[in-house]
Amino acid sequence: MSRPVVFKFRLYIADDALNSAQAQANLMALCRTYLADRYEVDLVDVFKEPQRALVDGIFMTPTLVRLAPLPVRRIVGTLSQTALVLRALDLDGGIA
Amino acid sequence: MHAERKAPTGIVGFDAITGGGLPRGRTTLLVGGPGSGKTVFALQFLVHGVQHCKEPGIFVAFEEASNSILANASSFGWNPTATQRKKLFFLDAQPQPDLIQSGDFDFCGMLAALEAKAKTISARRIVFDALDIVLALLPDPHAQRREIYRLHDWLLARGLTGIITLKADTDESNAVSQQPFGFMQFMVDCSVILNHSVVQGVSQRNLRVQKFRGSSFDENESPFLIGNGGVEVAGARSLDSVETPVSTERISSGVERLDTMLGGGYYRGASVLVTGFSGTAKTTLSGAFVQAACQRGERTLFVSFDSEGSEVIRNLASVGIRLAPFVKSGVLRMASARTISGSAETYLVRIQALAREHRARCVVIDPVSTWSKSGTDLNAHSVAERLIDWSKADGTTLLCTRLLDEMSSPAEGSSPLQISAQVDTWIHLNYLVQAGERNRGLSIIKSRGTAHSNQVRELILSDSGVTLADIYTAGGEVLMGTLRWEKERAERVVAEAAEVAAKLKKVRLDAEEAELEVRVKSLQTELVAKQIEKALLLSSSKSRAGDVSRDRTRLEELRGADATPHGAVGSPP
Repeated sequence: MSRPVVFKFRLYIADDALNSAQAQANLMALCRTYLADRYEVDLVDVFKEPQRALVDGIFMTPTLVRLAPLPVRRIVGTLSQTALVLRALDLDGGIA
Repeated sequence: MHAERKAPTGIVGFDAITGGGLPRGRTTLLVGGPGSGKTVFALQFLVHGVQHCKEPGIFVAFEEASNSILANASSFGWNPTATQRKKLFFLDAQPQPDLIQSGDFDFCGMLAALEAKAKTISARRIVFDALDIVLALLPDPHAQRREIYRLHDWLLARGLTGIITLKADTDESNAVSQQPFGFMQFMVDCSVILNHSVVQGVSQRNLRVQKFRGSSFDENESPFLIGNGGVEVAGARSLDSVETPVSTERISSGVERLDTMLGGGYYRGASVLVTGFSGTAKTTLSGAFVQAACQRGERTLFVSFDSEGSEVIRNLASVGIRLAPFVKSGVLRMASARTISGSAETYLVRIQALAREHRARCVVIDPVSTWSKSGTDLNAHSVAERLIDWSKADGTTLLCTRLLDEMSSPAEGSSPLQISAQVDTWIHLNYLVQAGERNRGLSIIKSRGTAHSNQVRELILSDSGVTLADIYTAGGEVLMGTLRWEKERAERVVAEAAEVAAKLKKVRLDAEEAELEVRVKSLQTELVAKQIEKALLLSSSKSRAGDVSRDRTRLEELRGADATPHGAVGSPP
């Protein structure tokens, strides 16, 4: 295989807030559809780990950070506009 | 309202307007256009909390990076100590330019982070600077509203005294509520509008408290400026402010005869206006006052709008007013504000700041008329009003000079700066052109609470100082200068002549007296001679008679006469 690239994500959520849950669901659906087994998701609840939010500079939730592959990308919101999210994550090249 | 329910901002004037500061434990909205001073105001509030109120604070910066904000703080001289610095936290919350937004989001992350930080430093004050930046990222007005409420509720629940700053066009005061975030005005407990406008080319900053729940406040627009020490608001004194005690102490004007004319001098804490055309010695008269004040050891501020401080000192030295030693000893502070740009408000606040810094008891402003040149006339007038009000409240003796236009009449005239109605003492200096000379005349137009001379005096400048001379009125005309001198000389000549004449007469009388005395003496001598002569005569005639009778007796004896010659000769029978 030409590129066994693993996508590493970190999703900052705010407890059980509606938009956080939506973002989580959208991310999971997206990963399953486009990245099959090539993804890792780290969930950070800012209410449980506020220091981490502070250090990482996360002020808006939900925030999705793509840690790998580089460069680091940040997407804020529910990730509901799939086309935009795919473009932002460089997944619109038709990896399928 | 009790002061404990207010969190002081440390902004001069603002705490006075609001009766103590911002509502404690509540949220204040600070709205203003770009460059209106929102960030400085908010920062000052935080720094004051840390330095003076033992209230740690958090600054959430959505727009400017925290290091540039800190640099601004030090440019205002707010340099918190290391320990104070630990009580001040800056959170950089600027959205990254490459941030991608997809769908709805909220501020929970930020609030969670702040929650943690607030606990660590036990923050009491918090500032959200330029909240509009992140609000604009939210997809719809509904989400914006939701997040604002979230923030507001969070602040209330934590009991933090908060400031939220928002950018808004404040050209029309009532337009604020129609702005995208206008409803915030209704939500918060206190709302302050900052306005920065340019009137006739002069920058003008105004601040207005729009609402303050549960408290009275000054509802008018108050001018402010961003000075060396941060925001300074020119607060108007309210009616219920403490009445300042008036003084009956007289202080010298620096010209002895002027003191006499005023019944002892100016009152301490009075405001004195000196008007006059260009070159009528307004500055000199101010200088004399300054010198007198400094000699009494009173700290004095001399603000010159015409020339540099050193120039003023040099010029005044030529008339025997020496201020340089006082500048050296620190009693006198010369401030020069050349007629440059800046509104009257700016000048006022600067002068007030300088006076406070110098702890001045006497302030001289030379001339105030400069103010009406910059900004609107109305403004200059209100500034002058406040200047007098301020000096009264402070017990500062204020001396202002005002340059009159050659065209305007000396009596009030069309000057926009009609402060003469408010001053306590108004001295007018004038020229009198007569017999090819210009002479300076001084008259007291008014002096409240003082019996003052109604006479015009001639003001004479010499290298030994300033003096006043009586003027002469002759044939309904006032005589000054050479004419006065001639008149004086003529009177002197007449007096001398009279004196000489009297002397002459005395000499003549002395001579006559002497002559008479001599005559008396010679006559007395003559008298004595005559008396002697007479006595001699008498005695000689008696002896002669004795001789005759003796001779006759002898003859009779010789003749042997038997009868007395008397009986014999001629006696009847």
